[in-house]
Amino acid sequence: MAAEIGQFALIMALCAALIQGVFPFLGALRRDEGLAAIGRSAALAQGMLIAIAFAGLMVSHAISDFTVVNVVENSHSAKPFAYKLSGVWGNHEGSMLLWALILAGYGAAVAIAGYHQSKSYLTSNALAVQGLVAAAFIAFILFTSNPFARSFPAPADGLDLNPLLQDPGLAIHPPFLYLGYVGFSITFAYAIAGLLQKRVDADWAKTVRPWALAAWVFLTVGIALGSWWAYYELGWGGFWAWDPVENASFMPWLAGTAFLHSVRVVEKRGALKVWTVLLAILAFSLSLIGTFLVRSGVLTSVHAFAVDPARGVFILGILAAVIGGSLTLFAFRAGMLKSEAAFDPVSREGAILLNNVFLVTACGTVFIGTFYPLFVDVVSGERLSVGPPFFNATFLPLMALMLALLAPGAALAWKRAELKASVMRLWPALLAGAAAAVLAAWMTWPKPIAAAFGAGLAIWVVGATLMDVAMRTKSFSLPARDVFARAAGLPRSYVGMTIAHLGIAIVALGVLGAGVWRTESVALMHKGDSIQFGVYTARLIDVEELNGANYVAERAKFAIEKRGRPLGDMAAERRYYPVRGMQTTEAAIRTTIAGDLYLTLGEQASQGAWAVRAYYNPLVLWLWVGAGILAIGGIVAASESSVRAGKRIPAPKGVKAAGAA
Amino acid sequence: MKRLILLAPLTLFVVLGGYFAIGLTRDPARIPSVLIDRPLPEFDLPPIEGFEKGFASDDLRGEVALINVFGSWCESCVIEHPMLMEIAANEDVLIAGLDWKDPNGGGARWLEKNGNPYALVGDDAQGRTAIDLGVTGAPETFVVDRSGRIRYKHIGPITPQVWRETLKPLVEKLKEEGEASRG
Repeated sequence: MAAEIGQFALIMALCAALIQGVFPFLGALRRDEGLAAIGRSAALAQGMLIAIAFAGLMVSHAISDFTVVNVVENSHSAKPFAYKLSGVWGNHEGSMLLWALILAGYGAAVAIAGYHQSKSYLTSNALAVQGLVAAAFIAFILFTSNPFARSFPAPADGLDLNPLLQDPGLAIHPPFLYLGYVGFSITFAYAIAGLLQKRVDADWAKTVRPWALAAWVFLTVGIALGSWWAYYELGWGGFWAWDPVENASFMPWLAGTAFLHSVRVVEKRGALKVWTVLLAILAFSLSLIGTFLVRSGVLTSVHAFAVDPARGVFILGILAAVIGGSLTLFAFRAGMLKSEAAFDPVSREGAILLNNVFLVTACGTVFIGTFYPLFVDVVSGERLSVGPPFFNATFLPLMALMLALLAPGAALAWKRAELKASVMRLWPALLAGAAAAVLAAWMTWPKPIAAAFGAGLAIWVVGATLMDVAMRTKSFSLPARDVFARAAGLPRSYVGMTIAHLGIAIVALGVLGAGVWRTESVALMHKGDSIQFGVYTARLIDVEELNGANYVAERAKFAIEKRGRPLGDMAAERRYYPVRGMQTTEAAIRTTIAGDLYLTLGEQASQGAWAVRAYYNPLVLWLWVGAGILAIGGIVAASESSVRAGKRIPAPKGVKAAGAA
Repeated sequence: MKRLILLAPLTLFVVLGGYFAIGLTRDPARIPSVLIDRPLPEFDLPPIEGFEKGFASDDLRGEVALINVFGSWCESCVIEHPMLMEIAANEDVLIAGLDWKDPNGGGARWLEKNGNPYALVGDDAQGRTAIDLGVTGAPETFVVDRSGRIRYKHIGPITPQVWRETLKPLVEKLKEEGEASRG
């Protein structure tokens, strides 16, 4: 029953999306506000209908209704309840429905928050663009990936969820990624609406920025969660593999980050309009390509759980229409967007443009690295893969340059600035950075010196960013009370930016620690044997067999010592899931602020001997902490926009909350 | 000039889109072996538990043979097995088995239970030889010609269709090739 209700709601949602996609345009053409407002109602209706459809699929999974194919293929009666629910989006059909749900949710949020801005038709046109995108995706679900298809006769039990995907980290990371990906549909929709009306100005920027920030915060959290999941679940001790699916989420993040910086220039100075609009199109296009990568068979990886060319062709059609259509509009309309002010190369605008060049170039290298194998296959039929060495050689130097220029750039004045004076003022931070680099080189010798240089850059960013705050609050000349008063008066956007810049420096430290300064040891261990990694020793005490809910496992217990001083036990597992015939490793991880101890149990190589890998990953905790700080910076910056918008326009109840969502 | 710059993103997209469209027609599961048309790597595997003879690369000299990678832990191998039994019973081709990462006599017990289609079975408990062969998973089947070169690799179970349409014609062709070069 739930499946039929869901199916019906989904069909109705398609109708609502089409109405949402057509009437606002008609209204704008005929200058009829009433007609344009239909889009708003349709967006709210579409949101509710998709929510009903999604709830229908949730219920089918929750009660293990094996008359639904999707439940049969992706669930099992023995599966823990929480994973039955997360199984809803652990498969292709369900994840596409989640995508549509989030798309409709954003549309409804815009319909609520943008109500009072609809006079200029900007928001109603944006809703229409969003409605068309939603219609395409709902049609894709209905025609190629129906999650409500019935199975007859119903089998006695389901086929289980991939045990690798049966994990709290993975259960929550796709929703966050999608909230990020799909959030860029709003910036995209506003960019198209702006092009249609030939109007991209400070108001436009103020309207778009909170949405872009929301999408960016979700994407940041989603990527961090995905990386964290890979770190503790896949059991290879790493946090980032430059896997095509990881890259797919990283590219829109880079483009979105560039957009967040350049949209500030549009808002403050009325410049970089064409470029900012292009970035909005790019960020959403890359989000779509991210979906495309995972859903079609163009590139395969561990994550690709839907390999089906028919779906790929449909998605390719959506991509061609959305990206091709928007770029065509861009080609004809962007020339009509006039810059309101010129700026000196040495200025905040100039620094932001430079930041954009770095971010977009970085995005381009990731794109090339991800798609190069596909191009080669098309040209010569050869199969190859581009590994981490390519990305490390191209991406990391760009990031190093960006870190080097980040702090002085952020401290420059708008319009025209004095570079030398700005940098000279920051000399204590430069000194701290140099000292940190020397210290890091000494501590980590003989690891690569470039990493020590990177650590110096991170400390330079932290120091210079904090110094800028100190100077703005006159911390060195005023009494404490006045300093706090000034600090409280700093604009939220500045506070958010500062927090985010500190976050990125901390992420950089985590990357260096876990990526370069790690120690790895491998050994074939019998009971009683010891393995040395860094200053730590792990002794294998025992390996026992145990039964879990839907798996059997071998659990190895290790006694850990640091320079001979006992630190207690750690336990690593290897699990076998009989229903899927799959094995997973559950690494033993002990997290400290200085670094992680990470042990994995390999196969039993011969009687009574196990392959054991032991890693010491310095500073890896700071990777996730830094990502969290980045996200907090985004939230703080977004809160300013809604506070200001609230001041400018008297808003009804509930608007502020929706604007910050 | 400005118009041209504004057209650049669209142009780039059209070019990339073309590549996507072509790429979409390719089968992502196709992983060609780098060893195709290369000589079979040298190996000399011990017998599995309860068998007298092992399996060495030299054993195949002058024969057109299938090398089938299997393991008692491999579920798809159970599906493939009846087909291998049928080929062994009815066709004139040597089938050698590589018991992959299957310690403690698992492979021997498995063959006892399901029947043994292999003329030769080698115990690759450490998976060394599988690495040399570039095995990506089990089951996997290599076709070797009379001169000891790998001519084809099939990934996944041999279904009746795969045997009928791909492997059998290839095996027959290789036999004729061998005859011709001998004569």
